[in-house]
Amino acid sequence: MPVINYIEANGTEYSIDIAEGVSLMQGALDNMIDGIVAECGGCCVCCTCHCMIDPAWVEVAGAAGAEEAEMLEMIDSRSETSRLSCQVKVTAAMEGMVVHLPESQY
Amino acid sequence: MGNNQSAVVIGGSHAAVQLVISLRQNGWQGSITVVSDEPYLPYQRPPLSKAYLAGDIAEEQLALRASAAYDKLDVSFLLGVTVLAIDTDNHRLRLDNGEYLGFSKLALCTGARARTLPIAGVDLQGVHYLRNMDDVKGIQQSAVSAKTAVIIGGGYIGLETAASLTKQGIAVTLLEAEPRLLQRVASQPTSDFYQRLHKENGVTIRCNAMASALMGDTRVKAVVCSDGDSIETDMVIIGIGVIPNTELASAAALEVDNGILVNEFAQSSHPDIVAAGDCTSHLNPLLRRTLRLESVPNATEQAKAAAASICGLQKQYAELPWFWSDQYDVKLQIAGMNQGYTDAIIRGDITSHSFSVFYIKDTVIIAADCINRPKDFMLAKKLILHNAQIDPVILADETTELKTLLTEH
Ligand SMILES: Cc1cc2nc3c(=O)[nH]c(=O)nc-3n(C[C@H](O)[C@H](O)[C@H](O)COP(=O)(O)OP(=O)(O)OC[C@H]3O[C@@H](n4cnc5c(N)ncnc54)[C@H](O)[C@@H]3O)c2cc1C
Ligand code: FES
Repeated sequence: MPVINYIEANGTEYSIDIAEGVSLMQGALDNMIDGIVAECGGCCVCCTCHCMIDPAWVEVAGAAGAEEAEMLEMIDSRSETSRLSCQVKVTAAMEGMVVHLPESQY
Repeated sequence: MGNNQSAVVIGGSHAAVQLVISLRQNGWQGSITVVSDEPYLPYQRPPLSKAYLAGDIAEEQLALRASAAYDKLDVSFLLGVTVLAIDTDNHRLRLDNGEYLGFSKLALCTGARARTLPIAGVDLQGVHYLRNMDDVKGIQQSAVSAKTAVIIGGGYIGLETAASLTKQGIAVTLLEAEPRLLQRVASQPTSDFYQRLHKENGVTIRCNAMASALMGDTRVKAVVCSDGDSIETDMVIIGIGVIPNTELASAAALEVDNGILVNEFAQSSHPDIVAAGDCTSHLNPLLRRTLRLESVPNATEQAKAAAASICGLQKQYAELPWFWSDQYDVKLQIAGMNQGYTDAIIRGDITSHSFSVFYIKDTVIIAADCINRPKDFMLAKKLILHNAQIDPVILADETTELKTLLTEH
């Protein structure tokens, strides 16, 4: 299982094994990482699962789909590498990937 | 908060899961037990009529949390067990397995159940409701050999089910008793859009159509309407709304009024009992009225307040209600509650698959239906929370960026 490193806004780090095919959002929820709220449970309708992919991993994580990109535009704290974590499915290539979480999802 | 304290949650769904997680986050050190009458660990309900019914996702993907997460939280589950009564005098529950379960603090997350249709033939094989996993398994079984289906009820669940079954090649007829779809929850433009969308996808929609009996020997074969018309069908799905599960609370003398009555801290009229989710009637401080909502965000956000109350903390539940629906390739996001609106302003082209309906009450935006318009939705939420006063002409003018309306306010 690939290890994903989540870093919260306050610096707290979590290294977590996540099965391939599971979303970054679900991985965070299953491990009680507070920085992800996920009000809609992964349906790409709420924007409360926002994360920033570490710049070194952007290519591996891939680009946001059209719908996701529109949602992302509305997030005040977004960055160039922002994604909705429910839309990023873990793959073997993500071993060691670093994901930053915003201070707040609202 | 001693270790001998026990928190018990009745119901094991969206509200319950958030509640047990929030309990631990708030430092609850006592035991936590979830009693659920369903035989499954908590799963997501929204996909039941959407991606899961359409066959796009597998059962494993419905899990709300991996089972290991509950071990880490030290939460135990009694699955397939129904709570029969709350004995408030002795702080214990009577279970249907003959046992009693004591509690220091109790959370009612009993949700809602499908409203039943009081006509002949609803017990025939091939007739289904859609509320839980077992309902969907039944529907899927019937769908394997079905060429036609009748759906009774043109609310969101009926419409989503129509879309999901159509996707599987089943010819669907949908009956709605009211003159239009979504009559109680949406304006005419939104109703008209869904009527058109379903027609485009081959669904037959009949409004002002009341089912008066279901016919068949052992399996359902036809639906008879009150105008005497009979529609042959291989299966029937009834989606005519839900009833909150409040009986346990009433029997325990808690205050109940179209839901278990709770304040903005999710506290019931009993000091050791909280409630969250579809089963509650709660005061919404933003809207300044009592609501009963049927949505996942409501269940989870209210559960956070309930968990805080159990831990002796105060966390007010004051959120703007919102909801969503997926049908075919169309995503609807609804912000706010449109009750009492005086005007509905359209932004975008209502003949397309992408527009929004903004509900105005006395110059203020109170709600919006956003059809394939995620940006409008995100902004609508903000505009509503700001009580934004909006010029309808500007709102309808797509050349004005909605964002500017927010900053100007
Ligand atoms: C098909 C479908 C589609 C939906 N789509 C959406 C959507 O797109 N967006 C959205 O926001 N919401 C949607 N909803 C609504 C959403 O699922 C509910 O609001 C949510 O499930 C409420 O969660 P809850 O925990 O309050 O209650 P529930 O999910 O109703 O769970 C309550 C649980 O308690 C159990 N229970 C009740 N009484 C007892 C007892 N005495 N003993 C033991 N167990 C008991 C019940 O069996 C049930 O398992 C949908 C619902 C359905 C059915
Ligand atoms: S969880 Fe709601 S958009 Fe990702």
